[in-house]
Amino acid sequence: MRKQILKYIEKKSKVDLGELAVLLGTDEVTVANEIAAMENEKIICGYHTLIDWDKAGVESVSALIEVRVTPQRNQGFDRIAERIYNYPEVNAVYLISGGYDLLVTLEGKTLKEISLFVSEKLSPIEAVVGTATHFIMKKYKDHGTILVKKSGSERMLVTP
Amino acid sequence: MRNPLSQKVTSIAPSGIRKFFDVVSEMPDAISLGVGEPDFDTPWRIREEGIYSLERGKTFYTSNAGLKELKIEICKYLDRKVNVQYDYNSEVIVTVGGSEGIDIALRAMLDPGDEVLIPQPSYVSYLPCTVLADGVPVPIPLQEKNEFKLTAEELEAAITPKTKILVMPFPNNPTGSIMTREDLEPVVEVVKKHDLFVISDEIYSELTYGEKHVSIASFEGMKERTILINGFSKGFAMTGWRLGYACGPKEIISQMVKIHQYAIMCAPTNSQYAAVEALRNCDEEVQEMVEAYNQRRRFLVHEFKRMGLKCFEPFGAFYIFPSIQEFGMTSEEFATRFLQEEKVAVVPGSAFGDCGEGFLRISYAYSIEDLKVALERFERFIMRLRSEK
Repeated sequence: MRKQILKYIEKKSKVDLGELAVLLGTDEVTVANEIAAMENEKIICGYHTLIDWDKAGVESVSALIEVRVTPQRNQGFDRIAERIYNYPEVNAVYLISGGYDLLVTLEGKTLKEISLFVSEKLSPIEAVVGTATHFIMKKYKDHGTILVKKSGSERMLVTP
Repeated sequence: MRNPLSQKVTSIAPSGIRKFFDVVSEMPDAISLGVGEPDFDTPWRIREEGIYSLERGKTFYTSNAGLKELKIEICKYLDRKVNVQYDYNSEVIVTVGGSEGIDIALRAMLDPGDEVLIPQPSYVSYLPCTVLADGVPVPIPLQEKNEFKLTAEELEAAITPKTKILVMPFPNNPTGSIMTREDLEPVVEVVKKHDLFVISDEIYSELTYGEKHVSIASFEGMKERTILINGFSKGFAMTGWRLGYACGPKEIISQMVKIHQYAIMCAPTNSQYAAVEALRNCDEEVQEMVEAYNQRRRFLVHEFKRMGLKCFEPFGAFYIFPSIQEFGMTSEEFATRFLQEEKVAVVPGSAFGDCGEGFLRISYAYSIEDLKVALERFERFIMRLRSEK
């Protein structure tokens, strides 16, 4: 039941409890209780809205920044990560295997704003030994949702 | 000039669905609950495999009975899903959709005058295909009180010395009815007792909710007398690829291969390569679709119940078959008025046999959002009908 609820609200967090109960073949109270319990247990960590800012006419720039760092004694990467993720403009910070250490994703209003963040906030951190900033030019798919919509259904209206 | 047409062909009535389709196509802004195919695109990995087969230049005929790799996968799949074991080399033929399998099975098995029992309501092609194969179709009208399952008594009553084949259309289009192991047991006994053969159309076998699909071929002594028809259209959302298969006793399959070889040559090569991927690696994708259908099914059952419409709960395919007898009009009248007044297309139950009169086939191969819009109009329509009375 939990997995089914999660799979549903992962795509559609604007949930009508009564409807979800019908779809899953259970009752509203069960669904509400499960959701509340999962919120408490921090299985459900938040409800977000997927927005195509371009369409909304709001200028914004997203970037992925590869960060190479020197891990610190006793604290590994966690301390550095914390110094980075506490900036509100930072969307996500991941520890990555391979050619670099941290992947930071960032939203800014302009290219300049992001450049300033890298040069004035990120690079000066002592443990940071190098960065590479990639600006996102177009989002095709985000959070499992395809943003570049295809045309409507090809099906005929009535078939046997 | 002489009449260019065969009497046999002209005697066949055009499909009731076709008639309705012509009306709908005149209404460009109509929405529909009348579709008999999945709303999902074919899973990408299957499409990718089809594209890749083109890139590799797989553009030639395959052997008549089908690509060896695919036949092997079909056998593994049937072993895994319905626990029936076939020899890929002699007991399997890959066909152009399940429809071709039905056609050539009937043609391979019927002599003029042989009777074919066809439980109805059911898919529209069993009856004309029987006529084209010089057989005599004998409909068995199934009953709502049995949830449109076939009972041993109904079967027994329809059998004559000329009966040769029983068509088993489960999970059923249009009723959504399924036959469980317990339901099949007594039917199997009658089939054996009267030495009948079975053409089991299991095209919706992936789409059952709750109980897993049981093939009649999996009963002891039934593999020898069953042609199992299945395909990729419904479960794998591959209608346009036109790919199905038939499995059964060597002596029947080899004659079917003969007809297929002269009439068709082989099933589309690229579809066959894509289907290998479908059987090997798509259990998860299929499962996701089944879960989505199941949610919609629950939604429709709930909504119809709320509207006070008489309807049994279906556990297979993607159809629900509510009764509209309370409104005192034929299914066709109901569907026509519904289309004209609310611009929603549904298929009258009578298109699937006379005993489908008084019912509608509602498809749930639509998103919940689409279903909501259509059901809103449906409710408005039946409220109006009720107030007219």
